[in-house]
Amino acid sequence: MPRSAILAPRASKLPRPTFDLIHATLPNGLRIVLAPDRSAPVVGIAVLYDVGFRSEPEGRTGFAHLFEHLMFQGSANLEKLAHFRYVQSSGGTFNGSTHPDYTNYFEALPSNALERGLFLEADRMLSPRINEENLANQIAVVKEEIRVNVLNRPYGGFPWLELPPVLFDTFPNAHNGYGDFVDLESATVADAADFFDRYYAPANAVLAVAGDLDPEQTLGLIEKHFAPIPRREAPERPDFGEPPLTAERRASTVDDHAPIPAVALGYRVPDPVRELDAHLANLLLAEALTDGDASRLQRRLVQRDRLVTDVSAYLGEFGDPFDKRDPTLLTITAHYPDAGSLDRILATLDEELARVADDGLDAGELDRVRTKLVSMMFREMDAVITRALNFAKFELIYERAELIAELPDRLSAIGDADAQAAALALQPDRRAIVELIAGGGHS
Amino acid sequence: MSAPALRATVPALSAPRRARKLTTVERTLDSGLRVLAVRKPGVPLVEVRLRMPFLSARAAHAARAALLSDTVLTGTDEYDRASLAATVQRLGGDLGVNVDADRLLVSGNVLATNLRPFLDVVAGVLTGATYPAKEVVAERERLVERLTIARSRAGVVANEALAKRMWGDHPYARDLPEAPDVQAVTAGQVRRMHSDLVRPEGAVLVVVGDVSATRTADVVASALEAWNGAAPPTRVPALPAVTPGPLVLVDRAGSVQSSLRLGAAALRRDDERYPALQLANLVFGGYFSSRWTENIREDKGYTYGSHSAIEHHTLGSSFQMQADVATEVTAPALLETLYELGKIASLPPTVDEIESARQYAIGTLALSTATQAGLAATLGALAGNGMGPEWLAEHPRRLAAVTRDEVAAAAAELLAPSRFAIVVVGDAAAVRGPLSGLVPVA
Repeated sequence: MPRSAILAPRASKLPRPTFDLIHATLPNGLRIVLAPDRSAPVVGIAVLYDVGFRSEPEGRTGFAHLFEHLMFQGSANLEKLAHFRYVQSSGGTFNGSTHPDYTNYFEALPSNALERGLFLEADRMLSPRINEENLANQIAVVKEEIRVNVLNRPYGGFPWLELPPVLFDTFPNAHNGYGDFVDLESATVADAADFFDRYYAPANAVLAVAGDLDPEQTLGLIEKHFAPIPRREAPERPDFGEPPLTAERRASTVDDHAPIPAVALGYRVPDPVRELDAHLANLLLAEALTDGDASRLQRRLVQRDRLVTDVSAYLGEFGDPFDKRDPTLLTITAHYPDAGSLDRILATLDEELARVADDGLDAGELDRVRTKLVSMMFREMDAVITRALNFAKFELIYERAELIAELPDRLSAIGDADAQAAALALQPDRRAIVELIAGGGHS
Repeated sequence: MSAPALRATVPALSAPRRARKLTTVERTLDSGLRVLAVRKPGVPLVEVRLRMPFLSARAAHAARAALLSDTVLTGTDEYDRASLAATVQRLGGDLGVNVDADRLLVSGNVLATNLRPFLDVVAGVLTGATYPAKEVVAERERLVERLTIARSRAGVVANEALAKRMWGDHPYARDLPEAPDVQAVTAGQVRRMHSDLVRPEGAVLVVVGDVSATRTADVVASALEAWNGAAPPTRVPALPAVTPGPLVLVDRAGSVQSSLRLGAAALRRDDERYPALQLANLVFGGYFSSRWTENIREDKGYTYGSHSAIEHHTLGSSFQMQADVATEVTAPALLETLYELGKIASLPPTVDEIESARQYAIGTLALSTATQAGLAATLGALAGNGMGPEWLAEHPRRLAAVTRDEVAAAAAELLAPSRFAIVVVGDAAAVRGPLSGLVPVA
């Protein structure tokens, strides 16, 4: 290909993924998504329950995450440690994670362990084995998890633990999802039984299986292992919505390990499910702002003005834009060497946002950002386990696993005017700012 | 909680399905560059890994190499920093460079239809990186800031202390450069390093994706035609033997945990005893169902995670064991760690333990090479240590043949606690006393 062809801005044709999806629902309400792909002898199994840390009760911060740990401590037919051992001695890997709106459990396995994996998930959906000893053990483990990821680490939990209490007002949105030690230590076996009964009903879950599978046979295995689980009504899902901010909010936090300061800005953004197009415009804008050396804030704040060491803009608590229902946020974070430069950083940031709002993006800018984004979405979907997790997540949050395959087209429909409107909406009165003060003077 | 409502037995495994055979083309170009092209359908992408030997015993090497890696994409004869990044984005690509004591690694991925223009950009970087002075100066400052941030993490401090304890003055002990060394690096020195070391002779390029292997090898040969030359020979001392000695305790103010690290020499992947050692390490601490994790996490709740890995470097392989534990249980956690090492070195693991580790090793190798990115990374790492793609097919057979006696022998020789260097980073005032009761503390 001649070199000139890559220099000329062009509207690139985005490849469209094709996934054959099979849907089913069991009489007990469990929703099922199958995504067969026989190119490699591996399968991914994901079970998502429609409960995350936004649903945990006051006085029990961190409970949804602690409960996730308890789901690995044995089940109807399995002793403690058996789950791990069965997955790994089958040649597979496992994990689970707790999010604001859901909790996932998953295995990647050689495909000859498919039925075993389904059995393991069904067994704990039927009945986890939670007792005083397991609870005390996992409270200790979770406290070490919080120490290693938050308390003993510079910038630990920043900004996902620091921003929500400033940006939001209600307990579900504002509280610490990792949990206070006092709350964790107060958790009881009875709390766990209540939480399981209320939220871990089959009708409140999605099961997705991707990879080397025969759909008919797999549906038969799923029915065999999951259909005997009794039906319980799914709990009504609360509306976590909050009125928009009317003025900028500011707060600060001291980090005793951090050698240089950092800042996080959280902007309230439109409902990611009901206003998907506005959400996608925000997603493309975030990429244009900070993805790579060609992005606007990298060029301005890092390369030209040298005000910050790094800068990053993303949607959702942990950088997954499709992870959360309303209300969610667009986050911008930066580390910067000079503690006195925060006002200049904020002013420059606002100037750059105003530049997009006033003049729009450059010719070809939206297109290249979109091409890269779609390419990275494909890349993520190469692993059967991420495929299973994503199909389950889109089925749970967006009620349509198929939406993943449609995202390239939906993104292609976002125009310059949409990106401009997205930038215009990122006004100071819609944001919260948390300044992290560096208390670690040992540099 | 509620009593089990059903009685059931865990389903048996069905007959395993074999992975499809890979279509690979290996070719050495006139420049000396070894090219490995692999067809792996899946998503419509291609993964690229270019690995150049970068080992050097020169004192200034680590700092210069780090800055080279941070600035090689900031300008070429054709592009400035932003237009290079924009061009890669437009192709649906990602391109990055990183360096360690062994190698410089250029890694990227791109929509399969755009492989040629992507390789043209890579070729432009290899043959025409300009290292603009203003970019080198700016990145030098940023690198110092990022090193400061890195060293504020207990884990980084602990890993550095362990490397120093194991390898002393050897280049492997200075993976991260020191700030004053970075500050002394000039753009001219980085350009000279590029001219000396960024050369195809001895380098390996792995391309994996939804492309024809033969055609890809042709495209690579054509795109990289202008890249030539060999790096000057380097002389690097052999890796010193890890000597047993007192525990090294590093004080870190305000630590609410202790970072426990243990290291010793292990075996290279091409050693005939390696498959047995791999299984012994898994049984000890290499996966969740290991003795170490079941003991200090699932039984005692001392840690969120413990992990023992065998890491492979150009000059040799080593054990790297890590666990971050609550300050008040630092000594008990070390006690259990030394107990589990002593136990596996003294008594053979059970048949069930070995079978579990064996299936895990075989299964996770298949899982990790089931994606384009995973396969490219694995093939690149193997090639860097002189092994080809046939290793992926042969290794499961070797694992399948390992006997219990071989696992016991490998563990007795290489997992004995007396062989290990031990480092603890934490609140020294709180942990020194209890640790000194167990082992000598420096």
